[in-house]
Amino acid sequence: MDIFLQQIINGLVLGSIYALVALGYTMVYGILGLINFAHGEVVMIGAMVALAAIHALTGTPLPGPVIVLMGLLIAIPACMLLGYGIERVAYRPLRNAPRLAPLITAIGVSIVLQNLAMIIWGRQYIAFPPLLPNDAYVIAGASITLLQIFIFLLAMAIMAGLIFLVKKTRLGRAMRATAQNPEVAGLMGVNVNSVISATFIIGSALAAVAGLMVGAYYGLAHYYMGFLLGLKAFSAAVLGGIGNLGGAMLGGLLLGVIESLGAGYIGPLTGGVLGSHYQDVFAFFVLILVLVFRPSGLLGERTTERA
Amino acid sequence: MNDLLTHWRKFKREPYAVWLGFALIGAALVLLPFVTDAALGRSWVRILDHTLLYIMLALGLNIVVGFAGLLDLGYIAFFAVGAYLYALLASPHFGLHLPFWTLLPLGALVACMFGVLLGAPTLRLRGDYLAIVTLGFGEIIRIFLNNLNAPVNITNGPQGVNMIDPIMLGEFSLSRTHQFLGITFSSVHNYYYLFLALALLIIFISIRLENSRIGRAWVAVREDEVAAQAMGINTRNVKLLAFAMGASFGGVSGGLFAGFQGFVSPESFHLTESIMILCMVVLGGMGHIPGVILGAVLLSILPEALRYIGPLEEALFGRVIVDPSDLRLLLLGLAMVLIMLLRPAGLWPSPVRRREFASHD
Repeated sequence: MDIFLQQIINGLVLGSIYALVALGYTMVYGILGLINFAHGEVVMIGAMVALAAIHALTGTPLPGPVIVLMGLLIAIPACMLLGYGIERVAYRPLRNAPRLAPLITAIGVSIVLQNLAMIIWGRQYIAFPPLLPNDAYVIAGASITLLQIFIFLLAMAIMAGLIFLVKKTRLGRAMRATAQNPEVAGLMGVNVNSVISATFIIGSALAAVAGLMVGAYYGLAHYYMGFLLGLKAFSAAVLGGIGNLGGAMLGGLLLGVIESLGAGYIGPLTGGVLGSHYQDVFAFFVLILVLVFRPSGLLGERTTERA
Repeated sequence: MNDLLTHWRKFKREPYAVWLGFALIGAALVLLPFVTDAALGRSWVRILDHTLLYIMLALGLNIVVGFAGLLDLGYIAFFAVGAYLYALLASPHFGLHLPFWTLLPLGALVACMFGVLLGAPTLRLRGDYLAIVTLGFGEIIRIFLNNLNAPVNITNGPQGVNMIDPIMLGEFSLSRTHQFLGITFSSVHNYYYLFLALALLIIFISIRLENSRIGRAWVAVREDEVAAQAMGINTRNVKLLAFAMGASFGGVSGGLFAGFQGFVSPESFHLTESIMILCMVVLGGMGHIPGVILGAVLLSILPEALRYIGPLEEALFGRVIVDPSDLRLLLLGLAMVLIMLLRPAGLWPSPVRRREFASHD
């Protein structure tokens, strides 16, 4: 029982990070019908910039949590700028080009960002200094750390804020209108280009937060970390129904739980034949199963796919 | 000058001019490894061999992506299947040493089966969804190759399989140096000619397929699936055939790769390789065979040529500021972005595509 609960807790914490990243994919897909392949790299850059700032401030007499907060406050605008730049350079000129063209530029941008990060920060793993309190509480036989609670609550708060933004504000209404039909939205006085830019900027800000969370949770950051994280977050977005905000959150949490339960139980269930190093396979299996049996995802309503 | 041009135009229409052209290209291809060896060194002949493998792979993917319009991001999985099949059946790992002539068709067949395996459940999906599923499939294959060393050691895990038998054509081992008519043919030269022959065969098959009933069905499915169905095309079978055909090309090249390298490990079949091959197809010009070949040649030569950045940096700034091996992928990414921005239809698109693009504007 305690192992089960423990895996659920770990899964929910990891899943809330996936959900933050998945929101970036799903918002862009909802509006442009495009998979922003470079999004995972934005998460990586967020983690790297935050860590660089944190390392620079570690010697100062500031308390640990303040330093981490400063790192976050530097990483968020950096990622917003990056997201805006990616859209401007790689996607906007190709908005009317065939579908494969923006995919190739996205892959090109990913390669550039990865290698740029490698040149700046090196090939090695960068350690996250132990600045945050790491007290563990024991609930019903499972332990949960303060950091885990904090990550989960912050992710939930950010998502609630995002839902409020999309459902209640003027910008949110413009975003929903653009997602439904960009041309008509334009006729109604919505500046479609700035709405699209805003979407990328918001998604990138979430990516920066997620990047710092991953860095703090695993205690490590690496120039290649964005790739697998991006893929899993995308799987989460598809699982929930791509283009659907609530779906991305549900998909992220579910995927996190499936992954940690799977990694925890695959060994005992198969008699030790398959070990926890198959953890990364689960996301893809879930993805394939969802796409084959329910391509619109759990919460997606659209039955016809865009060709 | 004008006079020369009219002469050239007249000459171009002569029937023997085509054959003369073929003969010149053929002679150039035969002499290429020796010229390269003399001018740039042995390592560049090896790069030529790799280029030929990439041409085969790009043409295989071109059937799926270019002809049938199905975006496949896990194509390297078929290459991996071909390579591991050769490696397991012709190495001391299992103590099996099957001959090349059995392994070549077997690799094509098994890869073909994997193509159907992937294609059958996923063909209802379109566009981006298909791209992601194929990507997941590619990663799953790689993760399994990486982990199938326990409890039964099948793939030998991350260490990979080594001491793979070199390709033998009868008694003629391609990995040995041979003297022939007073000319020394080293291993890389032998493989060059084998790969060249097979690449030409694959080019020939591709050209014949493009103009066949099946090829036209693929293009019809790509352009409008509903209309194609209305015209009596069994779209499911046609798409499945595209997957199977593309996969079999990948399987053949995989077997060649294993025999050539003598070593395979899961590291060679990373997603970046799938992306690289896709970029060759798209940058060159999807669905246009000469364009795809151009893309494959450019993208396999360019990263190697970018190794010379180190000396260039030294000449410009007096020291190496950034490690050239770090810089070359960066420049490759930039090149991909720039080419797509400037020529979204690829460097050498087919005339039909170019007209389509012109009408879009």
